Amino acid sequence: MMGWQLEPRREASRTASLAAPVIAVVGALVTGAILFTLLGHNGVSAVYEIFVEPVTNAYRWQDLLVKAAPLAIIATGLAIGFRANVWNIGAEGQYILGGLGGTWVALQTLDMEGAWILPAMILMGIIWGAAYAAIPAILKTKLGVNEILSSLMLNYVAIQLLYYLMRAPWKDPMAFGFPQTAMFTSDQTLPMVASGTLVHLGVPIAAAIALTAWGVMTRTIVGFQVRSVGASPKAARFAGFSAASTVWLSLLIGGGLAGLAGIIEASGPFGQMVPQFPTGYGYTAIIVAFLGRLNPLGILAASFVLALTYVGGENAQTAIGLPNAAAGVFQALMLFFLLGVDILSSYRLKRTAPARAKAAAEARSTPASVETARA
Amino acid sequence: MNIDLTVAILMTVAGAATPLLIAALGELVVEKAGVLNLGVEGMMLIGAVTGFAVAYSTGVPTLGAIAALFAGALVSLVFAVLTLSLMANQVATGLALTIFGTGVSALIGAPFVGITTSTLGPLVAFDNPILRLIFGHSPLVYFAIALTVVVWWFLKHSRGGLILRAVGESDDAAHAIGYPVLKIRYLAVLFGGAMAGLAGCYYSLVLTPMWAERLTAGRGWIAIALVVFASWKPGRVLIGAYLFGLVITMELQAKAAGFNMFAPEFLAALPYIATIAVLAVISFARKGGANAPACLGKPFRATA
Repeated sequence: MMGWQLEPRREASRTASLAAPVIAVVGALVTGAILFTLLGHNGVSAVYEIFVEPVTNAYRWQDLLVKAAPLAIIATGLAIGFRANVWNIGAEGQYILGGLGGTWVALQTLDMEGAWILPAMILMGIIWGAAYAAIPAILKTKLGVNEILSSLMLNYVAIQLLYYLMRAPWKDPMAFGFPQTAMFTSDQTLPMVASGTLVHLGVPIAAAIALTAWGVMTRTIVGFQVRSVGASPKAARFAGFSAASTVWLSLLIGGGLAGLAGIIEASGPFGQMVPQFPTGYGYTAIIVAFLGRLNPLGILAASFVLALTYVGGENAQTAIGLPNAAAGVFQALMLFFLLGVDILSSYRLKRTAPARAKAAAEARSTPASVETARA
Repeated sequence: MNIDLTVAILMTVAGAATPLLIAALGELVVEKAGVLNLGVEGMMLIGAVTGFAVAYSTGVPTLGAIAALFAGALVSLVFAVLTLSLMANQVATGLALTIFGTGVSALIGAPFVGITTSTLGPLVAFDNPILRLIFGHSPLVYFAIALTVVVWWFLKHSRGGLILRAVGESDDAAHAIGYPVLKIRYLAVLFGGAMAGLAGCYYSLVLTPMWAERLTAGRGWIAIALVVFASWKPGRVLIGAYLFGLVITMELQAKAAGFNMFAPEFLAALPYIATIAVLAVISFARKGGANAPACLGKPFRATA
């Protein structure tokens, strides 16, 4: 039997690894255009309005930066966990808790003034986000509860907590019955990088965090620990790295950064807390992390591409009446394609004759199987 | 409490449990074959919207349910190709499937928001409450219970089930003695997809019955948790699904009765909090995922 066979590469191909995200984006655009046409929309103009128009418009560039910032911050934190095979799917909830933590400080300081207020809000946002992520961490390390399910369930709980706080205890009595908090004061609002723009301080913060994470992951022992626990838990244990401390590290950093993104959004673009606060950044950031190859620098680039689906999605809604859900479809298609073409970085496609295939198969050992995600 | 109210509550429990049971049994078979598909929520949403669209256009709810079955299987095929043939990470692919299903179902469903259709309700109406409790459910309620027995029998007593479990416990050994590992896993994933699709249409054709974005509201994830809760045993999935049905019914009843000791938001969060609590107790009692199929989540590549 003549056929194609997958042959494992000795080392992961760098070219294929870098090409995969590009192929993924292009593949998602083409498939998306076809899919939207099949569903009765204009597929080509959907792709144009979402992915091309925002890039050609200077005003929308500011919006892109603002939307990319929380995605990059959350994805940087998640990537650390994903590298260690710690699957925190609860970033959306940790993001909400971060926003709520900062809002709590803001509500206590509405009548106060001072430059300390905003840093206090940001700190509290990080703490609440990390504390919320500590729940799956403690359940995983003490009881062995799968963190995928526990962190995800907590997203639904966080949304209900938000609705509750907005409906009663934190509601602004002056808001004509709307479930929302008071507007934040100027001391509670994230300053703009340049006046007259939309670009707030969160944008340089996001860049700084990604660069720091890159340094930590590639240059320090902590980064090595995380990467080795993910690559081979057994080997890492022999080296004295504990799996439990990696779970804690991954979830606390992931939760803290998601909380930071939350308070940046609350004190920046929102300027108050509202029930519409969760916009799916916590889920989208998962795609950002993968599209960025779990590498902080790649994540910065990927956060722009995914920010496009937000900015462009809104644009397509007003321009051609495309439903808001279109953005999510493109996001998922990108991840599908990325996961699909990824095989080319660890395997090469080879045309084989049966005898040769058999000899080749016998000559090499099976590649170490990817660790199971289930605890 | 009068008998009519009691019967009404018990029927709500069965209604809330049925989609969880169908989806969880599908996922159980998938996981027994060694595959972890976290896309249940997405496949349920695709099933929900397809079922509604077909039932609305044809006026025949049964056709809607059949279409939901096929739609669920079709999207699960995407997962199967990526994770089985291309060896993609199963966790990430499952998440992508859920995001995909959420988006596509919202797109397909946009024209159907806010309209109703004929439902897949009970075949015969009974005045007598006892007869109603026994015979007055949607056909899918009986289907779900029958499915439990069939899945149990298949896994435990049939040759096919034995092979499927072998593939999930030791893919290399199963391959070495000549079983087509990938083919069996493909079939398992397709079955799981079909069941998730059918479970989804229970929301749009029986429970609600209409279409809204994110109609299943995270129930697909509870179905996945149920499989862990049940230690991969069909009988326990049945018990677990009905217990969750009870929790969900308590939420609905408390709301309906104007019972305001707890905030409505707390009641809405209760099924998710209960899931976490149950997972914690189960994991503590078992010290980790004992009884999970040994190859769960691992990609398989034939080496010879």
